[in-house]
Order: sequence, then structure tokens, then C-alpha cells
Amino acid sequence: MKHYEIAEERVFLPGHAACPGCAMALALRYILNTVGLNAVGVIPPSCMGPMMGANPYSSMRIPIIHNSFESSASTAAGIKRAFKARGKDDVHVLALAGDGGTYDIGLQALSSVAEHNEDIMYFCMDNEGYMNTGTQKSSSTPRHAYTTSTPGGKESRKKNLVEIMAAHRVPYIATTNIGYLDDLVYKIKKAKKMQGTRIVVLLTPCIDGWGFPGNDVATMSRLAVQTGVFPLYEVEDGEKYTINHGSQGMPIENYLKRQRRYRHLSKDQIEEIQKEVDQGWQRLQKLANL
Amino acid sequence: MISKGDTMLLTGNHAAAYGAMLAQPKVIPIYPITPQTPIAEKLTEFQLEGLLQAEFITPESEHSAMAACISASLTGVRVFTATSSQGLMLMHELLHFASGSRAPIVMVNANRTFAAPWGFWADQTDSLAQRDTGWLQYYVENPQEALDTVLQAFKTAETVLLPAMVVFEAFYVSHALEVVGVPTPETVKSYLPPYEPKVMLDPEIGRSFGNVVDQKTYCQHRQTLDLAMEEVFDVAKNADDQWKGLTGRGYGLVEKYRCEDAENIIMAMGTISGTAKSAVDKMRAEGLSIGLLKVRLFRPFPVQELRGILGGRDRVIVLDRNFSPGNGGILHQELKAALYGLKSAPEIFGYLAGVGGVNVTPEKIEGLVKQSLSGQSSAKSIWGW
Repeated sequence: MKHYEIAEERVFLPGHAACPGCAMALALRYILNTVGLNAVGVIPPSCMGPMMGANPYSSMRIPIIHNSFESSASTAAGIKRAFKARGKDDVHVLALAGDGGTYDIGLQALSSVAEHNEDIMYFCMDNEGYMNTGTQKSSSTPRHAYTTSTPGGKESRKKNLVEIMAAHRVPYIATTNIGYLDDLVYKIKKAKKMQGTRIVVLLTPCIDGWGFPGNDVATMSRLAVQTGVFPLYEVEDGEKYTINHGSQGMPIENYLKRQRRYRHLSKDQIEEIQKEVDQGWQRLQKLANL
Repeated sequence: MISKGDTMLLTGNHAAAYGAMLAQPKVIPIYPITPQTPIAEKLTEFQLEGLLQAEFITPESEHSAMAACISASLTGVRVFTATSSQGLMLMHELLHFASGSRAPIVMVNANRTFAAPWGFWADQTDSLAQRDTGWLQYYVENPQEALDTVLQAFKTAETVLLPAMVVFEAFYVSHALEVVGVPTPETVKSYLPPYEPKVMLDPEIGRSFGNVVDQKTYCQHRQTLDLAMEEVFDVAKNADDQWKGLTGRGYGLVEKYRCEDAENIIMAMGTISGTAKSAVDKMRAEGLSIGLLKVRLFRPFPVQELRGILGGRDRVIVLDRNFSPGNGGILHQELKAALYGLKSAPEIFGYLAGVGGVNVTPEKIEGLVKQSLSGQSSAKSIWGW
């Protein structure tokens, strides 16, 4: 594995109000500290909201607009176009949304922004549910996972956001997580140099919503990759797939058994999940021509 | 090309588009909907002809259009958009967001019935249902007033930092051709200064918008909206006076037509006012002491001005081309509240006239006036068609 230097500009500072040990706070640190100060952030209702800290303070050294839940992409596009009109086209505009705000209520706006190839960076902090409102299911929640709105386990599978957005032929989509910080920073740096709609989906394991110890976010992040649940890859122009880190053939059980949301699973259900993950991994390899 | 005092034959939509083009907005997020679409089309033509240099955003919905309006406005540029009916309804959440963010967007709304059932007809309920969203609302009567009011709305909105709606009725104004005086770009330039807010989204300024606040801060924030609305009366009046000075056209926040010594006053918004003027002329000729009061600025509602004008009159006949199920005509309700406790307040008659786009003729108006002369007023609005 190639080693990447992680140089940080201090943009995200202490004072955020996320849960101790939160994967999202760590992800945000490396996103903001890599993009730098010449940026404006768009934060919809989500776990990103408390990340800024209590008004009138801010944990971030960039201006933030707290927008409506479903409009992160269009809000970001409006900012970027206004900067363009003002002759300040070099300002990076970052949407920082959750999976509810992306897979569900914000998908329509994101689709439009992608279709127009608006010049923004869109980050989806994917913790696989509405964790900020107390763990309800989103369309990113995986099959059989317990949430407070799926007390018997979710019956449908997780939506494949990356493939949906790849079908829009945006210049860049990447998946990453904080278990692979060098990968995360590499992808942010790469996205920063590009233009058009760039989408980064980060799996951010949720201590409370998934049910695992607060010092395990990095472990959970790595297990998600090693079991093939969440491979780290890039899609350029909707065509060119590159897998950076993927399944190491580790059984899915190693990932599931560490989470309270999967505690009720039967053997059959675990096998069913294993089968879906295997299919997904094979499909991805095919797309990457491996 | 526009020259000084250019006179053109324009629809309400195209007149509004000329007004918007002359204001030179920098960002225009817009979504098509009948009967507003000719505004969007005309603006893109202006852009092609080089008369406008704006960033156009054509998103997938009115909701996203308004989201982009808000964020672009907060990034420090002049923003224009237009919508109607269902589109305005879809924006509802963000209308609150716009005023709460103090984003001085100007939006034209073509009043149209909303579903169900489907229709495309003149009815003011769509915009009146947004009366609590914190937007200024101007109701205009014809294409000329539409053009002039778009420019006045920008001046007022950008001074008080509140968004403003310029509203006219579907087809009666949006698609009707009338002779319109189009001011020169120089005239508009001298009238409308560039929009240069001190606070905006910019890494060099470092201000953020909209974070969670505590109860007290939220309450204080609502109070600042109230103060800004209170400021509107003077600011909008000055904007109207200045425009009159430059072009000879002024309208007032409310327009009085033959109200001097009138014992009876018809009150309306939008196109019914124009029709009512001829009804007033006829009834005056027949010896009835009557005038018309057109409410042009509905939000903020000019309560003091209305109390001043209407105190001492015998009766007010309110004609509402809108309907709030469960409480009748909205202007009727608002007027009753505005005049409550006024000594020598007139009797108030409320008629639902023209709801759903039904045509309201001068004869119809005369009939309703006569009905009020011989009857008792009721607290409830009466269906007058």
C-alpha cells in the first residue's frame, strides 16, 4: 500500500458537539483540513449540525450555511454560482450532508445538481440511518439492521447511491472512511483539484446507532472494508472504476457480531447478508474490469 | 434596444421580465410553470441578446430553485425568480427560510388556482396562503405596474433585507397585452444602487448563517423581522415616490380612486380594482357616493393607513378573489382585524368575488354594492361569485 503524507491546515478546531469518538467528526477534520480555508460549507439538519458547536461559536474556520434538509446540493450550487458572478470562482463549496439528507430527502436536488455538473464537492456522511433523530431507518440502512423504525429488522436492502450518481456521469465519485485516513485524504485532494460535481460517500460507523464501544470507530470502519460491505473505490466520469481497498474475504459475521443493531440475526439472515455482500463485491470487480 | 421612454406592447409576464432584466440580477434560479413560464423564457432571451449577464440555474423543482435563490442571495448578489400556484406551494418551507435568513430575493408570483381540482385560473389564495412567511407582498393590477413594482420591490427589499413578492393574476395580467412604458437602463441605474450587503457568505468575511439558537435568541430574531416589516412602510413609500419622480408613475401603498368624500368604499387587490374603477364611475354618475381603495402592499399590511382612510366612512365592500375555507375572504378578515376598535369604523361587507378565476364584471360589482346598501353586514364573507 502506498503511503500518503497527511498534511493538515487547521480549519476544524476543538469545540464540536458530536458524540465522543464520533467517526464523522474525525472525517470532517480531514475533509476541512485538506480543503483549506478558501471554502464555504453547507450543512443540513443532520449529525453535522451539532458539529459546529453552540451558537454563536463555531468549531470551523470557514463560513457555514445551515440549510434546509432536502436542499444541500441546490444550496451549494446557488453559492457557487453567486461566487462565479462575483468573480470569486476559486472558492470551494462543500455540501456536508448525512445519508438521510442524501439517499432520501436530498436525492432529487442532488440529481439535478449532478445533471448540471454544478461545480461543488458533495460529501455524504453515511451512518446508515437517521441517527440524529434517534436511529430511524433511511434508504441507506442495510437489510436486517435494527432501527427504531424497523424494530424487527429492515426488510429491504441498502440503496446503491454510488451507482445512481455514476449514472449521472459526474466527473468524480469516491467512497472512503476514517479507517483509511490516507485514502480519505488522497481522495479529498484529488476531488479538490477537479471541477464539476464531485461526490464523496464516507461510511461513518455510528457508536450509538449501530451499538458498539466508543473506541471502535476505526476498527468498525476497517472491518466494513475487509468484509466487503463497504469497498473503497473511485468512479470517474461514470465509467472508470478503481478499487482502492476491498474485500479480503473476511466473513461478514466478524463485522455483524460487533454491532447491537444485528444482534437479533438468525443464521439464515447472516447467510443472506453474506450472499448479498459477495454479489456486490463481484459486481464491483466486474465494473472495475478486474 | 431600449431607449428613453420606450413604449411597448407587453404582457404582464414580459413587463415583469423587463423589470427584472433592468434590475440586472446576478443569479436567476427558475423553474417553469404555467402561467409564469414566459417570464423565464423572456429572461433567457435577454441573456442571449446580451441584455442580461446572469447565472441561470434551472433545477428540478421550485423547491431547489428557492434553495439556490436563498444561498445565492446570502453570497451577496441580487437574485430574481418567478413562480406560480403549485410551485409557490412547493417553496413554502423555504419562503420562511428566505425571510429568516434576511435574503432580499424578489420573486414574481402569477396567482393561479391550486389543485385539487386542477385549474389555471386567476385566484389569489396561493400567495395569500404565504402571508405569514415573512415576505413583502405587492398585488399589482396591470403590466405597467408589474414592471414598475419589480424595480420598487428590489429597492425596498434590499433596504430592509427582506424578500419580496410581486403578485399578479393568471392570464388577466400575465398574458394580457397592454401598452407599457419601459424605462431606460440609465433611469434604473440611477434608481436602484448595486446590491452590496455587508454580511454575506465569504471566506474573507467568515460569517455563518442559520445555526441552532436558544429560545430567547429565536424570539429576538422574530422581533427583528417585525422591526424590518415596520420599516417597510416608509421605505416602500419612498421607493414609490422616487420612482414617480423619475418616471411619473407612482401608486402608493394603497391606491385611492375617487375616495374623496365617499361614504362607501370598495376594497380589492389586483385586477378587480381596475374593473371596480369603471363601476365606481358609473355609480358616481348615478349619484352614489362611492370610491375604490386598492390594497397594493398586503404585507406588511398598512393598518394605520387603512384606519386613517376608512374611519368615518359608512361602509366598505371588500371583494376577495381568494378563499380561506372556514373563514372566507382573506382581505375581508384582515380588514376586520385592522379596523377593530376604531371609533367611527365603517360597516364591513365581505364578498367572495372571482374565486377560481370567475370573471367579475362592472355590473357584478354594482350588484354587490347595491346588495350591501340594502342589507346588514355579516361577520362571514358572502359568496358573490
